[in-house]
Amino acid sequence: MPFIPHTENEIHDMLSAIGADSIDQLFDEIPAHLKIKGLDGIPPGMTEMDINRLMQDRAAADGRPICFIGAGSYEHHIPSAVWQIATRGEYYTAYTPYQAEASQGTLQLIYEFQSMMTALTAMDVSNASLYDGASGLAEAVLMAVRANRKSKSRRILMPRNLNPVYGKVTHSIVQHQDIELVDVDFDADTGKTNLAALKPYEGEDITALVISQPSFFGTLEDVDALTDWAHANNILVIAVVNPLSLAVLKPPGEWGEQGVDIAVGDGQPLGAPMSSGGPYYGFMCCKKAHVRQMPGRIVGRTVDQQGREGFVLTLQAREQHIRRSKATSNICTNQGLVVTASTIHMSLLGANGLERVAASCHQNTNALVEKLSAINGVDCAMSGPRFHEAVLKLNKPVADVLTALAEKNILGGYDLSQDYAELENCLLVCATEMRTEKDIALYAEALEAALC
Amino acid sequence: MSEIPTDLHYTSSHEWVRLEEDGTVTVGISDHAQEALGDLVFVELPEVDSELAAEEACCVIESVKAASDVYMPINGVIVDTNQALVDEPEIINSSPYDDGWLFKINPADEDDVGQLMDASTYEAELED
Amino acid sequence: MLIFEHTAAGRKTKIQAPETDTKISDIPENLMRKTSAPLPEVSEMQAVRHYTSLSQKNFSIDTHFYPLGSCTMKHNPRACNSLAMLPGFLARHPLAPDTCSQGFLACMYELQNMLCEVTGMAGFSLTPMAGAQGEFAGVAMIRAYHDANGDVERKEILIPDAAHGTNPATATMCGYSVKEIPTLENGDVDVAALKAAVGPQTAGLMLTNPSTLGVFERNIEEIAAVIHKAGGLLYYDGANLNAILGKIRPGDMGFDVIHSNLHKTFSTPHGGGGPGSGAIGVSERLKPFMPLPVVTREGDQYRWLTEKDCPQSIGRMSAFMGNAGVLLRAYVYMRLLGREGMQRVAEFATLNANYMMAKLKEKGFQAAIPDRYASHEFIITLKKQAKDLNVTAMDFAKRLLDLGYHAPTTYFPLLVPECLLIEPTESEAKEALDGFIEALVQIQQEAETDPDMLKAAPYTMPVNRLDEVRAARQLDLSWGSSRD
Repeated sequence: MPFIPHTENEIHDMLSAIGADSIDQLFDEIPAHLKIKGLDGIPPGMTEMDINRLMQDRAAADGRPICFIGAGSYEHHIPSAVWQIATRGEYYTAYTPYQAEASQGTLQLIYEFQSMMTALTAMDVSNASLYDGASGLAEAVLMAVRANRKSKSRRILMPRNLNPVYGKVTHSIVQHQDIELVDVDFDADTGKTNLAALKPYEGEDITALVISQPSFFGTLEDVDALTDWAHANNILVIAVVNPLSLAVLKPPGEWGEQGVDIAVGDGQPLGAPMSSGGPYYGFMCCKKAHVRQMPGRIVGRTVDQQGREGFVLTLQAREQHIRRSKATSNICTNQGLVVTASTIHMSLLGANGLERVAASCHQNTNALVEKLSAINGVDCAMSGPRFHEAVLKLNKPVADVLTALAEKNILGGYDLSQDYAELENCLLVCATEMRTEKDIALYAEALEAALC
Repeated sequence: MSEIPTDLHYTSSHEWVRLEEDGTVTVGISDHAQEALGDLVFVELPEVDSELAAEEACCVIESVKAASDVYMPINGVIVDTNQALVDEPEIINSSPYDDGWLFKINPADEDDVGQLMDASTYEAELED
Repeated sequence: MLIFEHTAAGRKTKIQAPETDTKISDIPENLMRKTSAPLPEVSEMQAVRHYTSLSQKNFSIDTHFYPLGSCTMKHNPRACNSLAMLPGFLARHPLAPDTCSQGFLACMYELQNMLCEVTGMAGFSLTPMAGAQGEFAGVAMIRAYHDANGDVERKEILIPDAAHGTNPATATMCGYSVKEIPTLENGDVDVAALKAAVGPQTAGLMLTNPSTLGVFERNIEEIAAVIHKAGGLLYYDGANLNAILGKIRPGDMGFDVIHSNLHKTFSTPHGGGGPGSGAIGVSERLKPFMPLPVVTREGDQYRWLTEKDCPQSIGRMSAFMGNAGVLLRAYVYMRLLGREGMQRVAEFATLNANYMMAKLKEKGFQAAIPDRYASHEFIITLKKQAKDLNVTAMDFAKRLLDLGYHAPTTYFPLLVPECLLIEPTESEAKEALDGFIEALVQIQQEAETDPDMLKAAPYTMPVNRLDEVRAARQLDLSWGSSRD
């Protein structure tokens, strides 16, 4: 029996200890007419050898196209040590560290993770992670509503140059709590959120402003000006950031005069494979003043009865298992294993390694844009500074071009017209450090063919 | 047995209430309540100037394993809060009736205080 | 020692990063970082040794019996991990077109179908990333259903007092108020109280069956009828699905919506606290509201359903499609078990729990509900030990660590004083159960002869009991903050 070790003798002994005649008798409280007769819709069991064959075939069937899509998930090199260590049974098969004495490994690792995230973001505190970047933003919005006690409006300014699915997920999660998400337009030429677009909200009761750096288009916002504008109007600032970019870009804790109030994002670029969309993790950092409004697990350092250093889950009174219907969130777990991998990833790369990865992605994307925009029918669509992602405008609908590229084993990017009517024929592209000159040349060649 | 000063009034949610000479009303939590919660680690005080109705949750007290709401004992406006608790919530454990007060109210109606339980009624309720 | 304390400035031994000049000249200075982030600078060997040695400070299923009640800490087969981490799956971009994704989509489609079959539901969405997110999606669908029917006066969710804390927290997130329903001494929901509580304001009931008290809810058909008659919907919290897997299906009990914790019942790893998956199943009438995306098959091709196909969906829960890697692990597990293996899960989980309960009763321990068969888990209450010997469930739990066993769940459910909630799972052999029973007997003897010794346990862990009050009062949440 797969994964069930009992012998016939043992079953017999156990039943007699219980005083039952059969295993079935243990289920005598289940109404007989409701019991399952059979599970015909489930195929018969397989051996490990057979399932290996099936899965290898399926994984191979999807091929290994050359990927120029970013849009929230990025192909980066992950050092071999990362997942080799993270999948050690002691990490892989442990649960949430409720018994602190028997979980110091996981607890110290989370404390180190929190330290690395505060280092990258220049924020005061970090939690132990949330599910992903999109749901992390939803949690940040709920947190801002609790934290901004001066504001009664529950109105959040959401820039339209934010990853559109982040907006959708936030809407799904906060919609039942009388929170209004207000769209803020971007400048068509630069892709940036201009102060002029915020002007109408001056003096209004607004709870928080979301700033995406970089924007979904890869363009860079004037984060200092936006942050200061918000604070001058008693508005909290939620930064949505790519953590890899923070190796080189100004961290949200230093935006404007005071820094942002909450910073969130997706940790995928720091050691999680693209893996069809997950598991990744959402990170969340905030100013110390807001720590008690922060959702999710938090680890603190303390001492034991003999004065030895140790780590515990702290501030648990905010959480659902104690506060029940008054909890800050219904969240229980974090994305422990991915955080484990990410912590090892950051320690292996260090600041300098991450800077090199970020710079290499940025340079590769610049090279890609240069090469592609030289093609007849391709233009660079948004001017101004950007980081590691860019928008190109084609002379025909993007969907057809992407299909033609896919036939040549190239994932050419993300079709922006799906989400933005005004960005007809616009394509979002990204070339990470994994793309070679040859990859870029192949793309250029295939695109040229697809456009003529 | 916990201490229950006879000159105060009480609620069944374990707040104590004192009518001051200047007409304001001081509120804290009872000795019984602080003991039940254990070592306190944080207090979220209400906003001064907020007008609240009786039985409305207005303040949160946290220990390591529990978080408990404090309710407005009577209708009124918050006029002062005990800022010393922000850094030292443990004052509530050591001095629930004096230094560990939580907030002061300008009551909508002073007579509401008299409607709350006296010490002996509260004591009887605790014994149940 | 923290990884940061192994750091030496200028230790740049990196071969993991590209050899690139880090200078970026086309971004204005005011948008750039001024100084490098204070991250560790260590060699590969230092990092490997540090995190290997940290791992050795953990208890885990791979190293210890881990009977954590309500968490289903069963064996995590290694094939599930290695096959989910095949390069083809790891390298797949989530937005890759369906034409380059048929292998992956086939797995997801079949997983949806197998989950439908084993739970008796009409449709499944795999996108929720954890049990709590599945719960949120479920209650949000209940709300969307009532809203779509113009039934907007239903503002209350009923929840038994034995429920997990996530249930009331979730209902609040969906804009509902919560009414608690009491539980009887015998572990069943108080149906009289339930009948008194239902009304036109009732949106639904969230129920865990078997309950967190470790017994099957015998009045489930009556409960379902009461809720449905009042126009409410029935939500199944799948935390304890392992107890009935292959025996009875939530769909057949009358549930309209369920979430399944794949990290419990379907053996995906707990990973030190995630990632999990809270896949969500629905009855026919809730199908239009399922969270997106969902996989469908047209002819021999698989594709994602989106907002265009499902305009009434409650929307998206994650940036892409949920925790795909976790879903692949669950898929492999279900295929390994197959239909026969699946039917044995509840049988042996229940056999193990009842055997332990019978043995512990024989040794003088008090079961919370002694006269009924346990489900896949059961509760021992130590209130007598607490009263007579002044030792608590916590003291027992800590001492168990010294004896090489992870502690059961303590102080949950809140209804039972000084409780240990014990869930052995089907993958544990009798000898592990016997060892655990002997350990509890030994601790009981110690409690009688040397209670002070128990109070200071554990003795063999890297640390003993930690000062949680200090941790909460003097917050030290990152290495940076403690340096200042």
